[in-house]
Amino acid sequence: MSAREADIGLRGRVIKLGAVTRFLLRVLGQSGPALRRPRLLIEQIYNAGARSLVIIMLSGVFVGMVLGLQAYDMLARFGSESALGVAAALGLIRELGPVLTALLFAGRAGTALASEIGLMGATDQITAMEMMAVDPIRYVVAPRFLGGLIAMPLLTGIFDCVGLYGTQLIGVTMMRIPQGTFWSQLVAAVELRDIREGVVKSLVFGLTCSLVAVYEGYYSEPTAEGVGLATTRTVVTSAVLILMLDYVMTAIFL
Amino acid sequence: MAPFRRAWSSRPPSGRCTLHRSQPLNKPAEESVPALIDVRDVHYAIGTHAVFSGLSVRVAPGSITAIMGPSGTGKTTLLRLIMGQMRPQSGTITVFGQNVPKLARAELYALRQRVGMLFQSGALLTGMTVFDNVAFPVREHAQLPESVLRELVLMKLQAVGLRGAANLMPSELSGGMARRVALARAIVMDPEVLLYDEPFVGLDPISKGVILRLIQSLNRAMKITSVLVSHDVPEISSIADYTYLIAGGKVVAEGSPADLEQDGTAVVKQFISGAPDGPVPFHYPAEDYFAQLLRR
Repeated sequence: MSAREADIGLRGRVIKLGAVTRFLLRVLGQSGPALRRPRLLIEQIYNAGARSLVIIMLSGVFVGMVLGLQAYDMLARFGSESALGVAAALGLIRELGPVLTALLFAGRAGTALASEIGLMGATDQITAMEMMAVDPIRYVVAPRFLGGLIAMPLLTGIFDCVGLYGTQLIGVTMMRIPQGTFWSQLVAAVELRDIREGVVKSLVFGLTCSLVAVYEGYYSEPTAEGVGLATTRTVVTSAVLILMLDYVMTAIFL
Repeated sequence: MAPFRRAWSSRPPSGRCTLHRSQPLNKPAEESVPALIDVRDVHYAIGTHAVFSGLSVRVAPGSITAIMGPSGTGKTTLLRLIMGQMRPQSGTITVFGQNVPKLARAELYALRQRVGMLFQSGALLTGMTVFDNVAFPVREHAQLPESVLRELVLMKLQAVGLRGAANLMPSELSGGMARRVALARAIVMDPEVLLYDEPFVGLDPISKGVILRLIQSLNRAMKITSVLVSHDVPEISSIADYTYLIAGGKVVAEGSPADLEQDGTAVVKQFISGAPDGPVPFHYPAEDYFAQLLRR
């Protein structure tokens, strides 16, 4: 890549970042009116949240079980098997819960949002709203954005709980760690700041995933190929941003 | 009826069409009478491709005005310019006396509440029933009690003959039914102007007849000024008061449908008869065929 191409590429990214920021401000500006229409918002929380529950819970229980096996094996080498609950809880609440939930959310709800909005554009529904003097950012984008933003911490909480249940299945039922030891150590070790870290991360990831999805959907080419590309870009961009932001936030919190 | 305007020169030796005004405009609404929609000397280009180069169209209040022309001449673009979805590079577009390209978003939205638009695809909101689609603009712009809203929506659906389909989803409708539901939605706010984008495309003869009757009755009963974008000559001829023929980015002919049929200009004759080649060439501009075949 020549210096000129790199310059154009960099400039293009800066321009896109500016466009996304302006879009975010517009969406936030229309979030007030969207919040005043609870029916629309609840519908979107249901779409983004409740419809993701199966995949989130299924993934959560298996991640918790794998974590239980791996952590037990590692702790057993130091004779600290009883700390399995603590290791799993801290790993899930601070790291795995927010990150994996966000990745799964981007794959399920993010793609659904992008393709839905993209198809609405391709079938003239967005234009029709504009022609009926209804701002599509207020009616279509803002409720979906807020729905994703609200659903993400809730899904993360559910992922954490189910994940801990999976770890307990391995630690208590299979490996015979006393249930009292497992839970009492967990409760004693997990602090409020650990939960705060998880909540902040899930909120940031929720904002990122929802913003990427609605932006890509809204500005997708109004063709089948364009909607497909927007869906792909949603997953790829969200995943990369989640992992980058996770590093930044972890460095800040530690 | 006003004499038909001739604005198309004969095909030049180069084989490419050139357009020029050969007579003064003879408009449906005289210059002294304000037109409801007045498009003047509009230039609009997408990239390097000039869609309009000096387009002028006037729509008289209460009339049915047809915008005709071959595919790709920018008929739908003209509607989008009138509705302020796109802005021209130069020229003025006045609707209800307001210069549309200069309007702020709030003013534009206020204007759009007075104008209905029927999309080629219907553009119904797929997540809502027929009833909710028709009720949508009212719910967004007016705080009507649900009982009044129900009566209003059923009245509009009755007008298009689809009261019985109120609870169906858009995916359960045929193309003609979807177009009629979209029409009910377009008139639910009692607009002063209705813009129809290719209302007859893809419809069977019965559905075409139904849409034709609806356009005519809405124009007469509700005094709605109607602008139809179409290339369906027989249908347009049967209902339009005045017709503009667009080609090459300009109005090349205008007048009543009867004038249009009698006109001897090459481009009008080609359009009316549906001849595949003529002033509007069959082939997209390209280098010489044999030269291209023989080139290694």
